[in-house]
Amino acid sequence: MIVLEKRPQPSRAWSLATPLVAVLATMVFGGLLFAVLGKNPVEAIRIIFYDPLFGEFAFYYRPQLLVKGAPLVLIAIGLSLGFKAGIWNIGAEGQYIIGAITGAGVGLAFYPLEAWYIFPLMVIGGALGGWAWAMIPALLKVRFGTNEILVSLMLVYVAEQLLASMSLGLLKNPDGFGFPGSRNLNDYASANSWISQDAGMHWGVVAAMIAVIFSYILLNRHMLGFHIRLTGEAPRAAKFAGVNPGRLILFCLGASGALAGLAGLFEVAGPTGQISIDFNVGYGFTAIIVAFLGRLHPVGILLAGALMALTYIGGEIAQSQMGLPAAAIQVFQGMLLFFLLAFDILTNYRVRLNTRKVA
Amino acid sequence: MKLTSLLTGATLALGLAAGGAWADKTKVGFVYVGPVGDGGWTYEHDKGRLAVEAEFGDKVETVFVESVAEGPDAERVMTQMALGGAKLIFTTSFGYMDPTINVAKKFPNVKFEHATGYKTADNVSVYSARFYQGCAIQGHIAGSMTKSNIIGYIGSFPIPEVIRGINSAYIHAKKVNPDVRFKIVWAYTWFDPAKEADAAKVLIEQGADVILQHTDSTAPLAAASEAGNVIGFGQASDMSEYADGPRVSAIIDNWGPYYVERTRAVMDGTWASVNTWNGIGEGMVGIGEITDRVPADVKAEALAMKDAIAAGDYHPFTGPLNKQDGSVWLKDGETADDGTLAGMGFYVEGIEGDIPN
Repeated sequence: MIVLEKRPQPSRAWSLATPLVAVLATMVFGGLLFAVLGKNPVEAIRIIFYDPLFGEFAFYYRPQLLVKGAPLVLIAIGLSLGFKAGIWNIGAEGQYIIGAITGAGVGLAFYPLEAWYIFPLMVIGGALGGWAWAMIPALLKVRFGTNEILVSLMLVYVAEQLLASMSLGLLKNPDGFGFPGSRNLNDYASANSWISQDAGMHWGVVAAMIAVIFSYILLNRHMLGFHIRLTGEAPRAAKFAGVNPGRLILFCLGASGALAGLAGLFEVAGPTGQISIDFNVGYGFTAIIVAFLGRLHPVGILLAGALMALTYIGGEIAQSQMGLPAAAIQVFQGMLLFFLLAFDILTNYRVRLNTRKVA
Repeated sequence: MKLTSLLTGATLALGLAAGGAWADKTKVGFVYVGPVGDGGWTYEHDKGRLAVEAEFGDKVETVFVESVAEGPDAERVMTQMALGGAKLIFTTSFGYMDPTINVAKKFPNVKFEHATGYKTADNVSVYSARFYQGCAIQGHIAGSMTKSNIIGYIGSFPIPEVIRGINSAYIHAKKVNPDVRFKIVWAYTWFDPAKEADAAKVLIEQGADVILQHTDSTAPLAAASEAGNVIGFGQASDMSEYADGPRVSAIIDNWGPYYVERTRAVMDGTWASVNTWNGIGEGMVGIGEITDRVPADVKAEALAMKDAIAAGDYHPFTGPLNKQDGSVWLKDGETADDGTLAGMGFYVEGIEGDIPN
């Protein structure tokens, strides 16, 4: 008989190994799924995981990994700070939208002036926008004890309405024949976040790298990072250690909001190019998966972001080359999180073959 | 080296390397905004793809990617298709406009066809259907059949194409029923069955007994069916599975002939950039079977209008027509020009409410 036995200490080895085991299990069961759909599973897995990196057209897909991964990592880093402390910002998608609107708004206000200071101002505008949007659930929680999960999530829908209104009204391209959507910032040199489009490099990629480094230092070398971890792991101890919970909530939600806002700004000023009704494609929600897949650790998040980007890009190739339905790819991505959570149990429990007979 | 030259080089090399195998097979790509099983917009585009396969058999290979978000994802999918050897790529949603233009710049030898947009290039055509012609017929049936005199309209996005449809339907409903009122709900989506169903329910609760929709799923018809005494129309596709229930007719997009013609042009080397806007006359817009629920005289009038539009004898936007603010738009007997229609951003007189902005 198989029994689960709680470990006295969470296993560090399993904590590191579960993401890898989850990826392997996803490959196996995803392959089975593809086989049931009548597709060659080995080929499908190769197309999804290998081709974007080393295939014939890798020179195009590798830069695309940066484009797809950067916003995921940037947002997930911010979220991980709060998640570590038990502060649940589920509304990064909304902060991402608002950051894009405020950042792009700053840039468009200067149009058609060309000047070096426009882009830095947009960056500040984007960060402030995301920060301010996250301050709503933060202040409500600190002042009235509301639930930040609900408030931040609901504000996503408010942000989406605001986005639609901006695309149809205030930020609409005056030369756009009445169609919704702002001017394309890719045609406006001073408001552009691309460094090299061919290399997939834009300032969002740089910002994501910087965020990873800063978050690592903050969590490992700084008092504030210690307080964040302490609050999550032992709230009572944190109280005795003099942690001010209100300030911590404001910091965690504010930081994640600002990073999500930055991600929105870099996206609108680069890969997407314009504010439109369908501007947001779910990075803010996918980043939650990335944060957990990366064990809330800065380096882990970097790897997890790259992996998610890989499944997106590889999934698209598999769709067009093998005729796999989009839903099968989404199931495949869902499996990843499912197996991660399932195998996670091995971190805290160990499997024992119980040979003793029950008396 | 610039990516452009890199990409061209790569495709060239590929073309040479695999020339033998591909010489007699033209690869055609399709980018879809929804799932092929949406029963509406994307479903009809996919029928067009299948028509291309049926027409050319072994001479073509078609590929498609569904549910592609508008923006950088679309750009990547198109690039990937072009790298994969597609010679012709159909991008089937308005939001793919800028991505299509961007990718087309990098692949001057690949032809692109963008649906419902307005930006063209040497290797980018645009095509769209005159859905408003179908809306005129719907409006006529709706205005004749409503008992509550309230017609519900589910709009997707307040863009010219949708506003045109609302105006066209309203004008023709009003003509047969001066007391008719339109209630308009904006769903801000092309395909979201849950949202569309909610919109339909809200409209029905407000007294609408006819639901018109400019969204792609069958959910509004399902909601109408549930409510009982409400009728609706198929949008983009026939949606004939509801013919025993609320569906009394439909506007059908028929992309097949156009897709076949454009694919043939690429094969023959005669492809040129064009701006196509076809309607009932050319067969790009079809009117689904009008069911017996519609009174015989109304059905006859509707079919007569369809024939007149097809023959070019009747234009759905014929004056005298005023704008919502009361100013004159078209004088008696004057018809709207395509330029005004393409960028239509106003309601005609009598429609209540504002276009959101």
